[in-house]
Amino acid sequence: MQRIGVFVCHCGSNIAATVDVKKVVELVRYEQGVVYADDYMYMCSEAGQQKVMEAIKEHNLTGLVICSCSPRMHEATFRACAAKAGLNPFMVEIANIREHCSWIHKDMEEATKKAVILARAAIAKVNLNTPLQEGESPVVKRALVIGGGIAGIQTALDIANAGYPVDIVEKEPSIGGRMSQLDKTFPTLDCSSCILTPKMVEVAQHPNIKIYSYSEVEKVGGFVGNFEVDIRKKARSVNEDKCTGCGVCQTKCPLGKTGKIPSEFNRGLGTRSAIYTPFAQAVPNVPVIDRENCTYFKTGKCGVCAKLCPSGCIDYEQQDQIVTEKYGAIVVATGFDIINLDKYDEYAYNTCPDVITSLELERLMNAAGPTGGHLLRMSDGKAPKDIVFIQCVGSRCADDRGKPYCSKVCCMYTAKHAMLIKDHWPEMNVTVFYIDVRTPGKNFDEFYRRAVEQYHVNYIKGQVGKVMPQADGSLIVQGSDLLDGKQIKMKADMVVLAAAVEPNKDARKIASMLTASIDNNDFLTEAHAKLRPVESPTAGIFLSGMSQGPKDIPETVSQAGAAAVKVIGLLAKDKLKTNPCTAKCDMFQCNGCSTCANVCPYGAISYEDTLVRGPGVNETRRIAKVNTALCQGCGACTSACPSGAMDLQGFSNLQIISEVDAICR
Amino acid sequence: MSHADNRAERICEISGSNPYMCMKCGKCSASCPSYNEMDIKPHQFVSYVLNDDIESLVKSKAAFKCLGCFACIERCPRNVQPGKLVDAARQIVEREKGGDYIQPEEIPALLGEDVPQQLLVSAFRRYRR
Repeated sequence: MQRIGVFVCHCGSNIAATVDVKKVVELVRYEQGVVYADDYMYMCSEAGQQKVMEAIKEHNLTGLVICSCSPRMHEATFRACAAKAGLNPFMVEIANIREHCSWIHKDMEEATKKAVILARAAIAKVNLNTPLQEGESPVVKRALVIGGGIAGIQTALDIANAGYPVDIVEKEPSIGGRMSQLDKTFPTLDCSSCILTPKMVEVAQHPNIKIYSYSEVEKVGGFVGNFEVDIRKKARSVNEDKCTGCGVCQTKCPLGKTGKIPSEFNRGLGTRSAIYTPFAQAVPNVPVIDRENCTYFKTGKCGVCAKLCPSGCIDYEQQDQIVTEKYGAIVVATGFDIINLDKYDEYAYNTCPDVITSLELERLMNAAGPTGGHLLRMSDGKAPKDIVFIQCVGSRCADDRGKPYCSKVCCMYTAKHAMLIKDHWPEMNVTVFYIDVRTPGKNFDEFYRRAVEQYHVNYIKGQVGKVMPQADGSLIVQGSDLLDGKQIKMKADMVVLAAAVEPNKDARKIASMLTASIDNNDFLTEAHAKLRPVESPTAGIFLSGMSQGPKDIPETVSQAGAAAVKVIGLLAKDKLKTNPCTAKCDMFQCNGCSTCANVCPYGAISYEDTLVRGPGVNETRRIAKVNTALCQGCGACTSACPSGAMDLQGFSNLQIISEVDAICR
Repeated sequence: MSHADNRAERICEISGSNPYMCMKCGKCSASCPSYNEMDIKPHQFVSYVLNDDIESLVKSKAAFKCLGCFACIERCPRNVQPGKLVDAARQIVEREKGGDYIQPEEIPALLGEDVPQQLLVSAFRRYRR
């Protein structure tokens, strides 16, 4: 027989304004097993917890019911409080009378009735609770970072500098990500590769960092502290150990001169050879063969690169390789791309080569880009005189063409582009059509104002309706000037679209491998929007950079550092406490049918020939065995088991039925 | 939008459009081919509905200068679709007059160089429902 104490919290007016707390205390006082019931203004406060601990000792309580907020909020608080008073922490149950009751009801009488019912259910459960012991699991002291952009690079460096080994998995042939494609960075106008390349080299040379480039995460198993990950190293067709990065293969590849293969790195504005590194500062500086385009792979003829390679490292026979590695923590830094503009016919992006995206403009303005840094029209190679920037293309949209969020970086990079163009070519006319200029950030608004005040960039408040390519090769831009109350038609030689950002296409696939949650826009969800912004709700998974939401480089680097700190905090532990609420098999009822193993999402169930001895039985049978380190307590096996042998500790079938009975009473 | 003048609510009901979705980007007015003819511009139409000034809309030339070309409806990034509000304003005018704006038998006499064909097509589309 339990001796149960019930504690009802007012939560200031959060609960007490809608639930008659005193009445709840009076009504639950005579429930089975209850020997003590009381209320208090703030149960979670120091004084509230003291009251609970005193009651445990004074009344020899064996179980607690706390009627308060969600268990996600304070279950850990009251379990710790019980443990301090010598009670097993798993003898505590929370009746959620705030989120599930007071916050969602208006009528006091109804809400009070419901609060009593919720309390009764918790009391019924505690009557059947048994003390449980937390287990321990070891921590693999190695981290995995998925994505090798600035977010992944910074996270890996910070973890590695703390002394822990880190692996980076990058699907492209080189690390560097989007930042390596940028020309300059706001608000200081540093050259992007000048500040990124040293970090890439640091990663490559760091004794604690291993880069898996041209590789993808294939499978993830295990749990916090003990993940097991399969990494697919895609066939590079080049021996990484032998290659010296001399570049002969790239310069001699016959396909390089045909100009037929668009360069992904230059956003399709330039071309590359079939054997290539994406850019000159690539890390690792080892090329890959693009097998879809390579003549040797298509026809079996050519082989020029293999003939000319001085170190004999071309390997046409190379196969994909699967590497399996164990990690304690995983950081998702999968980054972003910009949206496809196929649905925006009105801006003529697909029909006119002089309508480009801002990311393409970055390549056109970069000295290593397809035009050598000269701003030229893609149609006729002439320098433009009038350039029009269009903001919010696909951002802040309620329709199905775009994204509902603000992409956050466009206002600033457009001000950057406008200023750089005016600085290099003062005679060019630069116009920006904007809806709002959003520049929160240190020195950000000053930066934008400089574009207007110092460089006289023409900012027009209003969106563009359409871009009309003309027979003479120019463009007519028709837009609103809402401040002057005019519809404007202006000539342009080049139009630049600030296309919305979106998470990397692989984000959803990776999130489901990690069982990490993801929102409607495919951004990974943080455990708490304000208080746990770099952790996924899935233990051991951390978030860095654009994969979590739109952000600029300074923010990405800060978040990368924050994610690294969380990883270091986890890897610094020798053991992790494991949840004792795991599945358990009753050998007398189990018939070894394998149903539970088939439904277990964590691979925690195996079978063993076990000697079953009891009244009327004495035989060796195939019996299910639960690996408590792997079991996450989801309960799938308990509902699937046809003979009722599987049960969940802490949430047994009996406990749940008794809760339902108490509610229906 | 106050409840005093339920004509604003009626406009929203008829059009199925929610003017509160508007982010005031002006893309509707940027797309409008009869912008210069409209005394109240498409983006202002949304604002007038929000500010409950339906009297100005029903008295405006704009309500009947709109060609019904659907450019603003097609391009509005916020699904406000001002053209539908203009359409609804026209319906309010006609319903308050207690008759149809146009009878099929009147059409032959109206045909002429001054009358855009789209207006007639648009009129049919409106009155069929």
